[in-house]
Amino acid sequence: MAAKKPAERPNASKDDLLKYYKDMLLIRRFEEKAGQLYGMGLIGGFCHLYIGQEAVVVGLEAASKEGDKRVTSYRDHGHMLACGMDAKGVMAELTGRIGGYSKGKGGSMHMFSKEKHFYGGHGIVGAQVPLGAGLAFADKYLGNDNVTFTYFGDGAANQGQVYEAYNMAELWKLPVVFVIENNGYAMGTSVKRSTHSKTLWERGAAYGIKGEAVDGMDVLAVKAAGEKAIAACRAGDGPYILEMMTYRYRGHSMSDPAKYRTREEVEKMRNEKDAIEHVRELLLQGGLASDEELKAIDKDIKTVVNEAAEFSKESPEPPVDELWTDIYA
Amino acid sequence: MATEVLMPALSPTMEEGTLAKWLVKEGDTVKSGQILAEIETDKATMEFEAVDEGIVGKILIAEGTAGVKVNTPIAVLVEEGESVSDAAPAAKAEAAPAVQAEAPAKVPAQAAAPAPVAAKGWPHSDLPEGPTKTMTVREALREAMAEEMRADPNVFLMGEEVGEYQGAYKISQGLLDEFGAKRVVDTPITEHGFAGIAVGASWGGLRPIVEFMTFNFAMQAIDHIINSAAKTLYMSGGQMGSPMVFRGPNGAAARVGAQHSQDYAAWYAAIPGLKVCMPYSAADAKGLLKTAIRDPNPVIFLENEILYGRSFDVPTDPDFTVPFGKASILREGTDVTLVSFGIGVTYSLQAAEELAKDGISAEVVNLRTLRPIDYDTVLASVMKTNRCVTVEEGFPVGSIGDHLASTIMQRAFDHLDAPVITCTGKDVPMPYAANLEKLALITTAEVIAAVKSVCYR
Repeated sequence: MAAKKPAERPNASKDDLLKYYKDMLLIRRFEEKAGQLYGMGLIGGFCHLYIGQEAVVVGLEAASKEGDKRVTSYRDHGHMLACGMDAKGVMAELTGRIGGYSKGKGGSMHMFSKEKHFYGGHGIVGAQVPLGAGLAFADKYLGNDNVTFTYFGDGAANQGQVYEAYNMAELWKLPVVFVIENNGYAMGTSVKRSTHSKTLWERGAAYGIKGEAVDGMDVLAVKAAGEKAIAACRAGDGPYILEMMTYRYRGHSMSDPAKYRTREEVEKMRNEKDAIEHVRELLLQGGLASDEELKAIDKDIKTVVNEAAEFSKESPEPPVDELWTDIYA
Repeated sequence: MATEVLMPALSPTMEEGTLAKWLVKEGDTVKSGQILAEIETDKATMEFEAVDEGIVGKILIAEGTAGVKVNTPIAVLVEEGESVSDAAPAAKAEAAPAVQAEAPAKVPAQAAAPAPVAAKGWPHSDLPEGPTKTMTVREALREAMAEEMRADPNVFLMGEEVGEYQGAYKISQGLLDEFGAKRVVDTPITEHGFAGIAVGASWGGLRPIVEFMTFNFAMQAIDHIINSAAKTLYMSGGQMGSPMVFRGPNGAAARVGAQHSQDYAAWYAAIPGLKVCMPYSAADAKGLLKTAIRDPNPVIFLENEILYGRSFDVPTDPDFTVPFGKASILREGTDVTLVSFGIGVTYSLQAAEELAKDGISAEVVNLRTLRPIDYDTVLASVMKTNRCVTVEEGFPVGSIGDHLASTIMQRAFDHLDAPVITCTGKDVPMPYAANLEKLALITTAEVIAAVKSVCYR
């Protein structure tokens, strides 16, 4: 849950704030549309929405540079949109069409973009953590200054391989930022019921890894923390842990009735801590943007999302030959 | 009382060794725990400590002697005032338990059983024309890695004890010196973690070789091998694959019990996206490993500890490689086809030799790779001989033999004069007791019996 109130006086320009607003709103509207398409039976299987957590990926992407890599879990739509992947390609993958990033063969949980340095999209909880450390291993080996953002949830934070990766990442000083997206619930199990320690980031101390908790509902706080972590990585200090205190408004997946928490709890977060509302207020109250400007943005985003939805319906299913391709290089 | 000092067994598979150096001389007084000699096994040079106190009465085996069998008396310790000749008869009875505190009193039966099959003398239709040199499987694997690491700076080796220790089985000996710690990476004991890191590194542009100390430990890492490495090319619609090798000893060694003795051939061969090699000879080992390192897909490379020390002819041509999906016929025959891979080939070749004495001509097919699998060579041979016995060390249910039997039934049914018999390890966890272990493993005698059965003899 959010740790502190949003900064009243943002250290960000109008253009920056508008960009964060747009990027976060795109994720939210995209996810709302995905939920709708799921309800219509156009998206199958599991579909894990990112609504509520938008500030985490948008803030960290704002701190990154070209060449940096990212890898995450199955709750991955937001990460893909934030790193610049095309909404049409992502939505068409959700509907299992040839126009999707993986030609319809990966689905919601398994999507990649080599071009945007997005390495998945992983369905096995915690697997992406050593994988992300491995991407950082390659960058260190090749001698460039790229950093890998390795995202995982509070649930994955109890997997053994996370700590195996911590140990080697610090031992070998790998340029990896471990981003714990603590949304309070591992599927239906609250952090309180799964984890004895008060924080998750402090576990890194046992491996000598620095870290901190961050208000993951405040995009500016996220960006500032990201810049600090990245600077440490690029300086060769090894990994850094950011525990993003965030919240997901929807269930674990589309089929989750969310009986493990109260409606009031969700409403309170939405009303008091919403990341998009926060930036909207900064823009309006600071006189940086008018209501009309923001409405125009809302409209543009609606168009982008609707076009993505249309594309995802019109793009054909993969030809049957695709069953047998891409098994071996 | 005088004591014979016996040549110790210093590893589960050691049958003999080299007495590299004596650190004491006749007449020296030794204390228990004092280092008497350096003994070279096929894996390492080990220091050999005295168990008893005494005076070195006589050194029986001179330093530099190679091929000293385990349990051979190498020296006699005497007490003050005692002479070697006085003591000799008494020593016989006392020596073994006194000196061999940690080593088994007898050489493990299983380790001794499969006599090394000399490379020479067998028809070698799998080797190309040209000069060869004799080397062990261990040396062949090392040479393959070294050559490929010289050729491609992005190839690196990681695993437990691959660097400073020089390899738990000495496969990577010398590589740290040549390539440095950046490319020969010692890992903590953390198979799940370092397998995942290696897969990530392969996506990041490198070509990792992951050494598992044994494939038994790779079960900790199997999620990354299958879910992360094997499936990503498909799940990414062809955007990114995992060019890497997972290698290490697989299957039974000798007397190491159930958790350290398992053949994973059929497990990995079941997975689309993986390629699977299981070499028998040193030429297989070198040629296949070079192909594996160059392959853009994840390759499972199943070695065998008992084969590591065996010698074979290997082409000296630095460009020699063995293609995937191409079996070799190690012995031609007309009455029955023996299909095998890895150490199973040893039993098949021994069986073929014995069967020839009974007038049965067996063709021995060495599959070399299990994914892809060379169905054409197997089917052509079976269509010629009309009988087939498969030989492998793994468990019987869902074995490679089962898969071959099914394929042969579907594609060559009318050519069969008898059902295919699948010779496998027994359907039990590997027992420790020497006699039970021997029963659990596939043997040459069982292969011979199976062949006689399909030949109705």
